Amino acid sequence: MGNILVYLDQNEGVLPKSAKIAITAAGELKGAWSKDKLIGVCLGKGASAAADEALTFGLDEVHFSEDAAYEKYRAVAYACACQSVYASASCDAAVATANTTGKDFFPRLAAKVDAVQASDIIGINSDGSLVRPMYAGDVIAEIELSGDHKFVTLRATAFDAAQPSSASGAKKELGSVDIPAIAGEVVGYELSGGDRPELTDAEVVVSGGRAMQSEENFEKVLFPLADALGAAVGASRAAVDSGYAPNDWQVGQTGKVVAPNLYIAVGISGAIQHLAGMKDSKVIVAINKDPDAPIYEIADYGLVADLYEVVPELTEAIKAAKSAG
Amino acid sequence: MKILVPVKRVPDYEAKIKINSDGSGIVTDGIKWIANPFDEIAVEEALKIREKGDASEVVVVGIGPADAATQLRYGMAMGADSGVLVTYDGEVDSDLAARAIAAVYEKGEYGMIIMGKQSIDSDANQTGQLVAEHLGLPQACFASKVELGEGSVKVTREVDGGLETVEVSTPCVITTDLRLNEPRYASLPGIMKAKKKPMDEIPLGDLGIEPNVRISIRKMSPPPERAAGRKVADVAELVSALQNEAKVL
Ligand SMILES: Cc1cc2nc3c(=O)[nH]c(=O)nc-3n(C[C@H](O)[C@H](O)[C@H](O)COP(=O)(O)OP(=O)(O)OC[C@H]3O[C@@H](n4cnc5c(N)ncnc54)[C@H](O)[C@@H]3O)c2cc1C
Repeated sequence: MGNILVYLDQNEGVLPKSAKIAITAAGELKGAWSKDKLIGVCLGKGASAAADEALTFGLDEVHFSEDAAYEKYRAVAYACACQSVYASASCDAAVATANTTGKDFFPRLAAKVDAVQASDIIGINSDGSLVRPMYAGDVIAEIELSGDHKFVTLRATAFDAAQPSSASGAKKELGSVDIPAIAGEVVGYELSGGDRPELTDAEVVVSGGRAMQSEENFEKVLFPLADALGAAVGASRAAVDSGYAPNDWQVGQTGKVVAPNLYIAVGISGAIQHLAGMKDSKVIVAINKDPDAPIYEIADYGLVADLYEVVPELTEAIKAAKSAG
Repeated sequence: MKILVPVKRVPDYEAKIKINSDGSGIVTDGIKWIANPFDEIAVEEALKIREKGDASEVVVVGIGPADAATQLRYGMAMGADSGVLVTYDGEVDSDLAARAIAAVYEKGEYGMIIMGKQSIDSDANQTGQLVAEHLGLPQACFASKVELGEGSVKVTREVDGGLETVEVSTPCVITTDLRLNEPRYASLPGIMKAKKKPMDEIPLGDLGIEPNVRISIRKMSPPPERAAGRKVADVAELVSALQNEAKVL
């Protein structure tokens, strides 16, 4: 009976929701796979404080390193660090959230320890089988992993964040690890930033499609609606490809998966690849001038209209409703 | 430098996928197969590098039954110089595909692998990273821009917060995101020429690989249906519904 490595994202000493989701799923896997301990790993600047926080979620051990090698995320460096913990802490399974970090380095780590990986899972059954979507969500597959080492990455919308419990685990500093030169260097960032909520954490998401026609229209028409709702802004692939919105706003099969309380799709037709990223939202509103647009097949409320007429009107009505309520 | 580009056949992204009656797989009768769209982007990028004079040859590789050759021919019709089909009739998972690709890489003198970040059927997003580790090569995944240097390459990656640029040494593995380029169509002369381009067929066993698929699908089911909603007449009705029925405002 081995242990489970849990990779924990951390931002300057704070655990984001993605890390707490990984802890929840690791706890479920521990039961379903009869594993022994949960072994957390935090890397980068602030990892020590993040490890302290992680211990409050009841992990048995949390390994951390603030070595300069991990200051900027690099797949090879993170895979090497985790491999070292994986081996020293007798792990035979590992869990990470399937964000662009987990997607990027977890398969690499899996290859290092000859593990099989199930990507982007949405459920863990008590008999140890796993559930994951395939074919842009047209298929929900129940799968089984075999072999001595099993990895999973998680679809964040399918698991709740862990709640703090007892902190009785051990904090351990990771010793030096050889990082080969193939790790390369990070030489630049161009972050979209902004003050709006994180797309994958937001309670409300307002997304624009090709019909937005320009970056300027996103700003003039969609942002006021998003801000009236305190919402994050998303986009279809068509809007991103056309340069109306940054890449990290893309919702869908090959972008981000969101499941907010309220999702408003504006000028989006509802291609299966888009639906794959938002159809688990609690309430879906569609605004599209084509009454036959496929988005209406999954929307709870559809408003067939020209977005340039109704979105400003909706923005004002929501402001009024909010100030009255 | 030779560039290796894996190409996988997948059901057309416009096809509605149906599950067979015992839930063991999808209905493949009547399905149109295409080259995985991310792989087309990979072929395009490799061709661009060759056209700039930074690569001598683009080789497409696939693993699967004999008819997987169709998608390799498509890559050649786009402009790839030759193909390698690793023939195998059994189940192929990311791990087996990665080991086959790595073995083909080691047999030729390649300087780079460019491949799709995910295939749109199994959506696993693993194979490129696995290949990189098997070969001990750097990886630069989810590329939206590739700039070749001397012995290195700068790759802009699409990440959750925006864009990140990494510099890694070559040879390396690059996986493509949607914005990297717009793949060209295979022209009619291209399709004619592709028929005569060399294609090597290598049985999986000849690469010294034991298939060991460790992920098995027990059952496929359709996703839960969303109950149909309704159309509202105007903004006032929408706001009232969101407030009083859905209670999300
Ligand atoms: C490999 C692959 C991966 C993909 N991944 C994704 C993904 O992750 N996410 C994603 O979104 N897509 C993805 N796609 C693309 C997807 O197939 C669709 O092409 C895309 O979602 C369409 O975007 P859209 O709805 O904005 O544009 P369109 O389909 O062009 O729809 C625009 C809509 O706007 C409506 N409209 C026009 N003017 C107005 C107006 N004035 N007022 C109101 N409505 C108006 C039209 O009626 C139409 O329905 C992928 C495709 C492939 C092949």
